[in-house]
Amino acid sequence: MSSLVGAWTLVRLILRRDRATLPAWIAVFALLPMAVASTFEELYPTAEEVARAASQFGSNPAFSGILGPVYGGTIGSLVAWRSSILFVIIGVVSLLTVVRHTRVEEETGRRELLGSTVVGRHAPLAACLTVVVAANLVVAAVVAVTLTSTGQPAPGSLALGLAIGFSGIMLAAVGAVAAQLTDTAGAARGIGLAVLTLAFVLRAAGDSAGDNGAVSWLSWLSPLGWVQRVRPFAGERWWVFVLPLALTAACAAAALALSLRRDVGAGLFPARLGRAEAAPGLASPLALAWRLHRGPLLGWVGGFVVLGAIYGSVAEGVGDILEDNPDLLDIFEQLGGGGSVLMDLYLSGVMGILGLIASAYAVQAALRMRSEEEELRAEPVLATAVARHRWVGSHLVFAFAGPAVVLVAAGLSIGLTYGAVAGDVGNQVPRMLGSALAQLPAVWILVSITVLLFGVLPRLAGASWLVYGAVVLITLLGAVIGLGQWVLDLSPFTHVPTLPGGELLLAPLIWLVTIGALLLVPAFTGFRRRDVG
Amino acid sequence: MLAMTEVISMTGVHKRFGQTRALDGLDLAVREGEVHGFLGPNGAGKTTTLRLLLGLLRADSGTASLLGGDPWRDATALHGRLAYVPGDVTLWPSLSGGEVIDLLGRLRGGLDDKRRADLLEMFDLDPTKKGRAYSKGNRQKVALVAALASNVELLLLDEPTAGLDPLMEDTFRRCITDEMKNGRTVLLSSHILAEVEALCDRVSIIRAGQIVESGSLTELRHLTRTSIEVEVANPPTSAADLGGAHNVTIEGTRIVCEVDAQHLDDVVRRLATYGLRSLVAHPPTLEELFLRHYRSGGDGEETSGT
Repeated sequence: MSSLVGAWTLVRLILRRDRATLPAWIAVFALLPMAVASTFEELYPTAEEVARAASQFGSNPAFSGILGPVYGGTIGSLVAWRSSILFVIIGVVSLLTVVRHTRVEEETGRRELLGSTVVGRHAPLAACLTVVVAANLVVAAVVAVTLTSTGQPAPGSLALGLAIGFSGIMLAAVGAVAAQLTDTAGAARGIGLAVLTLAFVLRAAGDSAGDNGAVSWLSWLSPLGWVQRVRPFAGERWWVFVLPLALTAACAAAALALSLRRDVGAGLFPARLGRAEAAPGLASPLALAWRLHRGPLLGWVGGFVVLGAIYGSVAEGVGDILEDNPDLLDIFEQLGGGGSVLMDLYLSGVMGILGLIASAYAVQAALRMRSEEEELRAEPVLATAVARHRWVGSHLVFAFAGPAVVLVAAGLSIGLTYGAVAGDVGNQVPRMLGSALAQLPAVWILVSITVLLFGVLPRLAGASWLVYGAVVLITLLGAVIGLGQWVLDLSPFTHVPTLPGGELLLAPLIWLVTIGALLLVPAFTGFRRRDVG
Repeated sequence: MLAMTEVISMTGVHKRFGQTRALDGLDLAVREGEVHGFLGPNGAGKTTTLRLLLGLLRADSGTASLLGGDPWRDATALHGRLAYVPGDVTLWPSLSGGEVIDLLGRLRGGLDDKRRADLLEMFDLDPTKKGRAYSKGNRQKVALVAALASNVELLLLDEPTAGLDPLMEDTFRRCITDEMKNGRTVLLSSHILAEVEALCDRVSIIRAGQIVESGSLTELRHLTRTSIEVEVANPPTSAADLGGAHNVTIEGTRIVCEVDAQHLDDVVRRLATYGLRSLVAHPPTLEELFLRHYRSGGDGEETSGT
């Protein structure tokens, strides 16, 4: 096909450009399930203990809402359940990779340079999808081989590997469509991440009331729900893979078709005209920063309101599970609080997840300064009578206050919906608001680390995503794969008090804020002294 | 002419980026009220010099002064008195051209609304388009309007006409001529020799991080060679007979050569002894002047002709 001429050369170009990152993420995703398996084997040496753990985890709505249901009662099924967090993360990585090699290339004009050579119309998109799909299949194969070699049943290992791989493949295809719709990479990433968030929320809502709850059909609407419902290690349902295959094929076909209907560099959504003169207020670095940050901020606030509303409203299902499970009720009553303890456990788990998601926004907002610098838009501003610290400060207002705003939005939204369900709005709103805001000092640590890298080692500023990834992995999987306490302590979220329900410990929060503030000192000094551009 | 104060003065400035020596002992002087051409091949250090003057980069060694202040230490205060047009203009995708012009003007301390409107008209620029919708030339115009509409003493322009069509280049020249009349100082980095010739009082040529030539165009012309083409009755047998001439070609009775200004008198006298029938002399063109300085080696000694 002439439309694919040059695709192989482009595949090699992508492999060359990603020669460091591609092997890195393949290795992380391919080897984590094996690490999880060996930890579970140490934790639960006998079959009875495994079965008991599986039933406890499976019946805890806090866990099933976040990670999905536990199918079966073997080590394998625990690994599959815990690996569901990898479905999301590999999805994000695949999505971002596709956008980076498609829309970013167009936005920067590099695509134009390539397009003028003997390269078919579909070649860039096809090359990029080929690489990302192949990378995900490598992950799938390594997961299957490593799990089998550590003694897990081969069919389950393969099913789990494919479930992880297809999560990435589906999101890569979604990213390919998103990259056709808008004319900026930021908006394309936003669309892709919104789809992923919706998929996660649908699955979380469907699963939080148990596998056979009233709303469990919601999970079948979510691509993340599909890969889970393959049920690795618990009577694999291979036919379910038809769904991800169909979605991938449909998205890839749609992306290729859309790319024929638009001009290179343009999106499907047309560009609008702006004002001929700036509003009187657009006269300071802060006003400029507001213009640049307001779109993402409003988007994230909207997302957090929806997320909070869903988590808040399905909390009711938590009570239903307790009625079905008197043993569990006993355990929680011994802990001293009955149903409300379990409810708080669920809600505090939700708060932790919201804190991690808010951190992604925080890192993104802080890195805006670096992209302004790299894309030479900091230069004209700093060439006017704007001091460097004012410019940095105006961006930091949004990097620090933005996450606070989204957490307030989520806290209010959970408080209102959960309060309405529980008939206790007056009490729940302040409780949920406070619990959400308790995450903020931990989120701010990630902002400070990002700003520190930006100020001192600007070329490595992007590595703050690695820091973020490490924090997410440590927080969600650290204890499970048996990392030592000192490693767990590296994550700021380890130090956030368990709220609602737990004791409000102010000391760790004050420490986090202090450390975050101290990190800003070298960050500012570094930026004041270094070269810009 | 009265002794003029120097708006920009740099002495022995060095700047390295890792292994690369971007500036290697640069000396630059720009006098008040002049349009100073800043020329050099790609990668010679022009943009680095401008960024140092803006305090975006910090010099490794050497001294620099800008409008009587230190470009690094007093950056913010000095920036209120100058306007800069980057060579590579990128705009915020979501802001319109008009918004960018107003924003940058206000951040500098205000802009002249009347002049802004005139400039938009002159450059035929639609200020309502969003940053991402402009072509390269139009992005350049946005930056130019923003700079020229500001009431500043000094303009730092980094290849400001790259991407402009000839009509707009002409508009640009008229604007700079106006700026000159208003007593503003302009440092103009450019590759367009006709533009430099039309606008600049003095030029500095940079190569490999050093200024290799600086002076008025007349002075620089004097440094270069005149090409001479003659028909003679009795041609010499060897080029060596024409001491002081370069790239000598002898074809029958026709001689073509290039002569340094200081040897012109000698060579013409010598040629006269061969029995001149016709003589054509070309003054050095700017192209020749620059090519001579741009070429590596830099002493202007090309491979000698036969």
